[in-house]
Amino acid sequence: MRIGIDVGGTNTDAVVMDGARVVAAIKTPTTANVSDGITTALRSLVAESGLDVSALDAVMIGTTHFTNAVVERKRLQPTTCIRLGLPATVSLPPMVDWPDDLAEVVGSEHYLAHGGHEFDGREISPFDEAEIRDIAGKIKAKGIKAIAISSVFSPVNTTFEEQAAAIVRDVIPDANITLSSTIGRIGLLERENAAIMNACLRDLALRTVNGFKTALAEMEITAPFYISQNDGTLMNADFAADYPVLTFASGPTNSMRGAAFLSGLKDAIVVDVGGTTTDIGVLQHGFPRVAALAVDIGGVRTNFRMPDTLSIGLGGGSMVSADPLRVGPQSVGYELTSRARVFGGDVMTTTDICVAAGHVEIGDPGRVAAVDAALIDAVETRIEEMINVGVDRMKTSATPMPVIIVGGGSILVQRPVAGASEIVKPEHFAVANAIGAAIAQIGGETDRIFSLAEMSRDEALAQAKQEATDKAVAAGAAPETVEIVEVEEVPLAYLPGNATRIMVKAVGDLAEG
Amino acid sequence: MRLLHEQNIENIALGAAVLGTGGGGDPYIGMLMAKKAIRDYGPVELYTLDELDDDDLIVPTAMMGAPTVMVEKMPNGDDIINAFQAVGKFIGKPIRATMSIEAGGMNSVVPIYLAARLRLPMVDCDGMGRAFPELQMVTHTIYGIDATPMAMSDERGNTVLMETVSNQWTETFARSVTVDMGAMAMIALYAATVRELKESAIIGTMSKAEIIGETIRSARVNEVDPVKTVRESVGGFEVFKGKISDVERRTEAGFAKGDAFMEGIDEYAGQRLQLSFQNEHLMVRIDGEPRVTVPDLIAVLDIDTGEPITTESMRYGYRVAVIGIPCDPKWRTPKGLALVGPGYFGYDDVEYVPVETRYR
Repeated sequence: MRIGIDVGGTNTDAVVMDGARVVAAIKTPTTANVSDGITTALRSLVAESGLDVSALDAVMIGTTHFTNAVVERKRLQPTTCIRLGLPATVSLPPMVDWPDDLAEVVGSEHYLAHGGHEFDGREISPFDEAEIRDIAGKIKAKGIKAIAISSVFSPVNTTFEEQAAAIVRDVIPDANITLSSTIGRIGLLERENAAIMNACLRDLALRTVNGFKTALAEMEITAPFYISQNDGTLMNADFAADYPVLTFASGPTNSMRGAAFLSGLKDAIVVDVGGTTTDIGVLQHGFPRVAALAVDIGGVRTNFRMPDTLSIGLGGGSMVSADPLRVGPQSVGYELTSRARVFGGDVMTTTDICVAAGHVEIGDPGRVAAVDAALIDAVETRIEEMINVGVDRMKTSATPMPVIIVGGGSILVQRPVAGASEIVKPEHFAVANAIGAAIAQIGGETDRIFSLAEMSRDEALAQAKQEATDKAVAAGAAPETVEIVEVEEVPLAYLPGNATRIMVKAVGDLAEG
Repeated sequence: MRLLHEQNIENIALGAAVLGTGGGGDPYIGMLMAKKAIRDYGPVELYTLDELDDDDLIVPTAMMGAPTVMVEKMPNGDDIINAFQAVGKFIGKPIRATMSIEAGGMNSVVPIYLAARLRLPMVDCDGMGRAFPELQMVTHTIYGIDATPMAMSDERGNTVLMETVSNQWTETFARSVTVDMGAMAMIALYAATVRELKESAIIGTMSKAEIIGETIRSARVNEVDPVKTVRESVGGFEVFKGKISDVERRTEAGFAKGDAFMEGIDEYAGQRLQLSFQNEHLMVRIDGEPRVTVPDLIAVLDIDTGEPITTESMRYGYRVAVIGIPCDPKWRTPKGLALVGPGYFGYDDVEYVPVETRYR
């Protein structure tokens, strides 16, 4: 048995699953203190299901807590960055592209040192131990503990970052160090940005993960627990405390993976209707299609592989006005249960329209009995248009595709969706995200440039696949279940000779015990 | 003369990505460099050729190599200055200004970095009016201007200075040196006087890129159709609207080649487009018939944002508009077409027909 929990901005959802069966599911409001919300959710889940917590194999938690900390510029730790690559890269120092307000909170202190590699593995300049020791001394004098270390082409060769970390740790024993090579892909600024963000979140991550541990201990749950990553795979709790940045955007991924699981469909459009927005994404082979462009988080450019979702301002809390007709994007959000008409408030929302139309009975239907039928029709037509346009924008061909509707606001989708071969509203649609967390697997990834002068293309591909597989197993996947789910090969443009960039992702089931 | 500030650079970079016709490298790193240099050293003066003396010497600067490497091993910054000054030292005359040799992609903004650092003017012209993959493919070559003396510098402080018998040979040697320098080099080349440039260069391309960038940005803010406004701002023609249904890539002789296929939507429903590329977009065929070919520009834009899409980021499922833009008339001369016509890229059986002939 597994428990999946999704801590969203508005709701904390939790499910108990026995194999592929959903045993129980609940939705509770998210609290300011994330672990309190989890405790509440777990408590009502156990009460509802009569679950014997000693029978649990694992607990999976998805959270937007760390993304929110960056977006809100709160709870971040002063951080510095050491970049190895001199004499290259001087023209663009670390954090050059950060918004001022975030740089101010995190601190824009940084150091450039010798080291780094060329694309083919040659050294740009030799590693200089004395130089790193000197920098570490300066950092120590300033009292900074959070340190990101980056090195040019560290995805090709990680040794310089590791050597630098050893020296820094020698000088500052309680330093919390993030190596860029453990996080990102090719693209120094983006990878370094992610490493710096990770470093500044480590304190918060440790406290949060410990909070989760306490919440579980209070419920006498001893099963191991895992945190979801942005690609829909899991990391164990201690790893998550070290790499909080890998949780960014895990919410939409979990919800799409949950939709795939609940519907049994592997290729489909997923429409996730929440309180404020509707996220539309595409499932390919059971995984979310990934965005090709760089992703900004809190105004900082990163190269995470995020699900390619289209977000439209339509949800169960969207405000409705009649003349002129408006549906969203303003929303009452988490205040739905106090501000919507049916809940005694004075704001007309899409939920009120659904109740007035008789699609659902929640709150006090009498409070919307007088709503004009023409308005109901106009709002439903507008919602239909918004969904149709969104789905069509995300579709990959004119061929009709199944559309899966999930999320707490699913009730809004009453009309047929254009271009849909079928519309699937699976059971437990409201907690698809928590289910996505509960069913998540373990992954491993590699991304580097191979010189085909030294090996054949097949050898390079085989090596990349082996590396990704090894990483998945090291992260806790059962070796016999590991599969390669993604291979991307991009030859380097404008370069003679044969250098090619290979990205491979491997995924496997969580190893038992 | 007018001044280029940080916000001008963002628009130039965005417009240059359209002129890059799918290649030329993501201007992002070059844009950050230029913006930072302007922040640190002040705005850059942009001159028209008419505002300068005919005898003034202009030396273009650029980055050569793999854009994938540039996003990882960013330049030192002194490297481009070393290359520029090496050419000046060799010629033994003062250099009045720098310019872009390639207005498409990242080399639109790279010289702005140098200009800011050296407090030197830029000239509003370039040698392509777009992006091309090889060094001899500039209008300077048509008018007999030598690429050499050419200097190439790396971040270590090495500078290679070369003199060659033809611009084709310059390309050959420069490509090898680039690999030794780590697949990326900062270069200065094609020194020419203002008199020569008035005849040979493509005029006003920095301003053109800036207007395109500004157009895309304001179309987004005002929520008007960005594709239509871009097309109007460049005097281009809408060729297709569709969804990318397949992308096939292959490597041949070090070039990233391939074809993207699109299924038409709206008024193009039922039509099938094939877009062939080699770093840049080279040819559009619709239902098998060539419709737009190099050297005319082929821009692929995101249908909703107007954002140009590079050959590397083209993926299944994108909804795009394809726009054909007439190239500079210099490319349509026999010498120009010999350098960059369909035949040079291996399409011997395809005759070049100007895009406006088919679409007017």
